Amino acid sequence: MNNVSKTLYPNNWKKPPFIKRSWLRWSIIIGSILYLIAALSSMDINIQRVLEGIPRGQRFIESFFPPNFSDNRGVVWEGILESIWMAIISTVAGIALSIPIGLGAARNLAPLWVYMTCRFIIAASRTFPEIILAIFAVKLFGFGPFAGFIALSLGTIGFFAKLLAEDIENSSPAQAEAVKATGANWFQWINYAIQPQVMPRMIGLSVYRLDINFRESAVVGIVGGGGIGATLNTAFSRYEFDTAAAILLVIIGIVMVLEYASSHLRKWVQ
Amino acid sequence: MLKLENLTKRYNTGDLALQGIDLSIPNGQVLALIGPSGAGKSTLIRCINRLVEPTNGSAILNEVNLTKLSSRALRKSRRKMGMIFQEYALVERLTVMENVLSGRLGYVGFWKSFLRRFPKKDVNEAFRLLDRVGLLEMADKRADELSGGQRQRVGICRALIQDPDLLLVDEPTASLDPKTSRQIMRLINELCQERGLTAIINIHDVLLAQMFSQRIVGLALGNIVYDGSPEGLTPEVLTKIYGEEDWSATIEKVDDEDEEV
Repeated sequence: MNNVSKTLYPNNWKKPPFIKRSWLRWSIIIGSILYLIAALSSMDINIQRVLEGIPRGQRFIESFFPPNFSDNRGVVWEGILESIWMAIISTVAGIALSIPIGLGAARNLAPLWVYMTCRFIIAASRTFPEIILAIFAVKLFGFGPFAGFIALSLGTIGFFAKLLAEDIENSSPAQAEAVKATGANWFQWINYAIQPQVMPRMIGLSVYRLDINFRESAVVGIVGGGGIGATLNTAFSRYEFDTAAAILLVIIGIVMVLEYASSHLRKWVQ
Repeated sequence: MLKLENLTKRYNTGDLALQGIDLSIPNGQVLALIGPSGAGKSTLIRCINRLVEPTNGSAILNEVNLTKLSSRALRKSRRKMGMIFQEYALVERLTVMENVLSGRLGYVGFWKSFLRRFPKKDVNEAFRLLDRVGLLEMADKRADELSGGQRQRVGICRALIQDPDLLLVDEPTASLDPKTSRQIMRLINELCQERGLTAIINIHDVLLAQMFSQRIVGLALGNIVYDGSPEGLTPEVLTKIYGEEDWSATIEKVDDEDEEV
């Protein structure tokens, strides 16, 4: 006992650094600072052009006001309806395709070759943003909402299947094991052990994806995929900025409604 | 009759979890499996219903060699082996009733189970079992609303509704308080007596093992080092199973318990 009380203990303690070797730590820190400085200085910031641009931007924004909801009402309304329709069916179709792919891409459910195949499909879908997919689809199927629908459905797979697979991989193995031990077959096992665990998150994500698909339908329309994007594009190219402003306000409104809906739904299904 | 012959399990990591276990358990016997963490208790019972694939040897339940079965035949045999888990392993977002009825999945087709339209006699049996464990009014509650002891009772119902020949019980009391632990062990024991079930119970608590089983098997490093009556657990035996420690308190308590009863 006496021995212990005589030992001197240090009064200071420092958290050990994340990178143990100090030369490596410092060269990474100094290297990244130097790179940032070099990158910033290589960008040519022309103060003159920025100053000229500010009043132009002001005039541009002023021409948005007041938003004109009345002149092209029929066209805007049609575009919105088409976008909503595109968003809904592409979400439904995309999720329907995502479920088998997501199940296959979960390592705890699928054998290796199925897993690799499904992960490849997901990676391929995630590589191309919706606008690239839309350009392909327009080339393949011609202008119009069908091309937009194809592009958004394919985009949904990369998003939804990946998150579904990850949620399945994070589900509790104990619950899965317990249902398996009863002699359930594979489909029963998915239905009783996996589905209840991933369902709330999937419902939340579905509404979120609906929201994304609606917003993307505006982008997809600009390259010829139909929907409100096409209307928006026409308004811009005719210099009808007041109509464009009206369209943007409607898009913001719908996205906000979906935002509130999805957060409420998530709380409710938990 | 359950018979294990040279049952061996080597994990992919190279760890030899079971080193050729030979054990035979007559029908209706309640056997407690004790041993330190990592001795292979969980692996042993999972090798019987093949939640873990044994590397070698065989497990024979009522003349059927479980280790040789195809996956379809295995599902059929799993129906006759009810399992009760540590931490209950209920599907938390399903109702109590769905959790109990999931014990019938091996007997019911996919669409019936998907639509939750189980045969009348299964539903009736589920209610009867829930009443037996005192949870009749909880049938529509979600499993995650229940307390630990209640959840384990639901877990017991799920195992029993399978109408099993054998119960595999993995640390049923590991996350329960001492009183609830006793109640759960008593319940499992009573139900085994009522139905003449064979049971293997993995358990950490030596006292509970002695109180509620007819036979004790001690496992250490994948080998059976003790196989005998609950009374035969002397400090020497416990040292052989768990390693050097002062066992007098454990043994003394058992004596007190016996006097009370």
